Amino acid sequence: MTDLVYGLKNRFAGAIDATLFSIALVILALGLATLFSAAYGNPARVNGQLVNIGVALAVMWLVAQIPPQTLMRLAVPIYGLGLALLIGVALFGEVVNGARRWLDIGVTRIQPSEVMKIAMPLMLAWFFQKREGHLGWQDWAAAGVLFVVPVGLIAKQPDLGTALLVAAAGFYVIFLAGLSWKLMTGLAIVVGASLPLAWSVLHDYQRRRILTLIDPTTDPLGAGYHIIQSTIAVGSGGMTGKGWLEGTQTHLEFIPERTTDFIFAVYSEEFGLVGNGILLVLYLLLIGRGMVIAAGAATLFSRLLAGAIVMSFFTYAFVNMGMVSGILPVVGVPLPLVSYGGTALVTLFTGIGILMSIQRNRKLVQT
Amino acid sequence: MQYRVSEFDDTNPELKRFQVRLGFAGFVVLAAFGVLFARFFYLQVVQHEYYHTKAEDNRIAVVPVPPNRGLITDRNGVVLARNDSAYTLEIYRNQVGDLEGTIDELATVVDIQPKDRKRFRRLLDESKSADSLPIRTRLTDEEVARFAANAYRFPGVEIKARLFRQYPLGEVASHAVGYIGRINDRDLERLDAEGLLARYKGSDHIGKVGLEASYESELHGQPGVAQVEIDAGGRALRTLSSTPPTPGNNLVLTLDVKLQEVAEQVFGNFRGALVAIEPSTGGVLAFVSKPGYDPNLFIDGIDPQTWDALNHSPDKPLNNRALSGAYPPGSTIKPFMALAGLELGKRSLEYSISDPGFFSLPGVSHRWRDWKAGGHGSVNLHKSIVISCDTYYYGLGNDLGVDAIHGFLSQFGFGEKTGIDIDGEKPGLLPSQEWKWKRYKQKWFAGDTISVSIGQGYNLATPLQLAYATSILANNGVAYRPHAVRYIEDARTGDRRAIEPQPVRTLKLNPKWIAAVKSAMVDVTRVGTAARSGAGAKYAFGGKTGTAQVVAMKQGEKYDEKKVAERLRDHALFVAYAPAENPRIALGILVENGGHGSTAAAPIARKVFDYYLLGDKPNAPVSADEEGESD
Repeated sequence: MTDLVYGLKNRFAGAIDATLFSIALVILALGLATLFSAAYGNPARVNGQLVNIGVALAVMWLVAQIPPQTLMRLAVPIYGLGLALLIGVALFGEVVNGARRWLDIGVTRIQPSEVMKIAMPLMLAWFFQKREGHLGWQDWAAAGVLFVVPVGLIAKQPDLGTALLVAAAGFYVIFLAGLSWKLMTGLAIVVGASLPLAWSVLHDYQRRRILTLIDPTTDPLGAGYHIIQSTIAVGSGGMTGKGWLEGTQTHLEFIPERTTDFIFAVYSEEFGLVGNGILLVLYLLLIGRGMVIAAGAATLFSRLLAGAIVMSFFTYAFVNMGMVSGILPVVGVPLPLVSYGGTALVTLFTGIGILMSIQRNRKLVQT
Repeated sequence: MQYRVSEFDDTNPELKRFQVRLGFAGFVVLAAFGVLFARFFYLQVVQHEYYHTKAEDNRIAVVPVPPNRGLITDRNGVVLARNDSAYTLEIYRNQVGDLEGTIDELATVVDIQPKDRKRFRRLLDESKSADSLPIRTRLTDEEVARFAANAYRFPGVEIKARLFRQYPLGEVASHAVGYIGRINDRDLERLDAEGLLARYKGSDHIGKVGLEASYESELHGQPGVAQVEIDAGGRALRTLSSTPPTPGNNLVLTLDVKLQEVAEQVFGNFRGALVAIEPSTGGVLAFVSKPGYDPNLFIDGIDPQTWDALNHSPDKPLNNRALSGAYPPGSTIKPFMALAGLELGKRSLEYSISDPGFFSLPGVSHRWRDWKAGGHGSVNLHKSIVISCDTYYYGLGNDLGVDAIHGFLSQFGFGEKTGIDIDGEKPGLLPSQEWKWKRYKQKWFAGDTISVSIGQGYNLATPLQLAYATSILANNGVAYRPHAVRYIEDARTGDRRAIEPQPVRTLKLNPKWIAAVKSAMVDVTRVGTAARSGAGAKYAFGGKTGTAQVVAMKQGEKYDEKKVAERLRDHALFVAYAPAENPRIALGILVENGGHGSTAAAPIARKVFDYYLLGDKPNAPVSADEEGESD
């Protein structure tokens, strides 16, 4: 009997890393409470998010079952598919709000750039695994091509936020694979020098976002409104916050997009600095656990992939909180595990599933 | 396959490098989160007060609560101006991009006439504030319901419940009560200059004309303040605290609306004015200027078409003839001239002239004609008033001289504003040598005095001045400033404050001379020029007819009423008081192009007296073609 229970547990839960899963669940719970407040009087939002979580957890469980070797075999097809879809978007994509991001595949519309958030580190990790031990400058150049093409396609849509996140994920792989400091410094200088050029190709609304970041009051009713109101929400939260369901900025609808990208303003207003500290610690625990998994991973592929996924989580959290508190420009980045939205959750839990798979297979000896 | 097992490979330099790099990344994570926490600390602790205030400012709007405007009632409590609540459809111009398109859309939901659009455009031009402006007022319940169902289609358009000024009696007493209108930029400038802007926060209307304008400071009241919680869309959710407004004071008029209605009715279709004053107080009992207008048209901005019609009508309904129409007083000035002759010792009661029908000055060929060719025979002071002998006054005027006439008559208020509490009064004109020199740089001629003596020439008086002078005479020289407001009443406590309880002056007049003039005026209505109007009266009353020329007659030409176009006919005047003993009412009447005072103006006075003293209601207005005695 106990054998059967153990067997079932092993079969269905064996792949689940309890530490990682618990931390994720706590953040999810905080997120749901915040969403309930942000969408007060609109229970459909909370119910919808519960469905999203259900789907995302199922995806996590499935992905956790896939051994890293299989993931490696899937790297090239997934990356290829993602790239093909991006090219498809560029050619046949639907224009929504002035940006060509969506592809209608008959049944539903998909946003291929989302796929790249996983496909990019997967591909690069595969590539470095293949070239392990004898990396020459040609390899770095090839990695650069694999990196630049999808990032460029996404930036062209234009979707600067996602392009930056995909670029970050790719960059983390390259960085962890050991890109030389000298080269990085050189690249940084080149990028810095080309900023004026980049400015000239930015779209008006992107420039405005950057300008209003520097001084939100220049456009208080337009682009600056988001930042001004979210900063007020955060600041007025004070040490302990106004209390759950008590945020005036939230409930009087001064915070725009308060269930999605700006949900952190709601959280921060109602739970204050103490709440913010707790959330930061939870993210740190999540990232820390991920880093432990990465450090203990069996292969270079697993290490690089796990490291990049973890650092991507960090990037999402940092960029979102930085944007809401007014130190980073407004880019469309949801707060991981808190913001409303199915796509982001599925992507995040795919990443968590991969981490779990890597963790479970850390001691596997490959013959 | 080339996979290796990491545990056996700790010395692998690539693994070593990975771990170093991962450690570096961990450090970056810590540093970045440190920056975030510092930022949170800055916002939530260091700057908390600032952002807390900002959030409260967001949340709480201080909204002025406009006061209710005071009511206006007549002396018996009949309401002349009140506040009705009604719904308006208002547009915030700053929130609506395409105004015309929005109005077209709105027209499919509520009834919007071309005149509503014109009026709205006028309001847009007049006001530059960001406040909402009404496209439609007084929506029906059905329209309110229809709009509410479609409101989502019209951002920046709102239904508002507002109090509306209403003048339930319409035209009646319109020239006394006046009207309010929307505050325009000119009003704002004036209020700003007077430092009164704060009192008008939240108010849309201000008195424009009449008592509504002159008692604006009493009627308006003080606005209150409410702290209201609002959402990001600016919708008020609940009131947090409020200081109630102080309502404006009510006005209780001296006016008797029933008398007013009678007076307006007997005027019929004539243009002209009538002012009735209670001599013992100066209270205005009736204040008629015909034609009138409907003051309700002006409240929310009159549409340009109606405005043009009113403004360009040859009848000039917007002119307040009673206090701004200056007319030659004609023979109505004679009782005052007679009194001047007696008081200044130039005439005695016994002195009489032999009237040849004209008067001439020594050495001047011009003949000043009496209205009756061939004259009135032997005329003393009494008869001169009763039959309105011109020749008697030509001589008297010449003996007095213009400056003495000026000095004496100005005591009765001629040539200066009476100081009535209704806006727009004109002073009329009582000439003097000094005046002519200042005005025309010309010497005064003896001939000028002759015309002035019978109320022609340079003389001009308003119907109000005629009524005022008559009231002073009726009151034996005790003058009360004419006023239309009897009490100012606190709307909450009902406490009343009386207006003008004291006389402004008491003329030093010999009672004997007053009695003589008055008895002559009573005879005017018994056997004199107004005998027809006085016939059968159950009370004795005094009066004096008058006729003012509209076109000057050439020497030797005879004025023929029938041949002269209606607009060029003489104005008819009548001053009167009743009853003869202890007068309760004194009035001045002017009927434009009415012909003679005896035929057009005096019958009006009789009907007004009959009603006021006896309660007899007139059955028909005075008709124009009544043939009667002459001036």
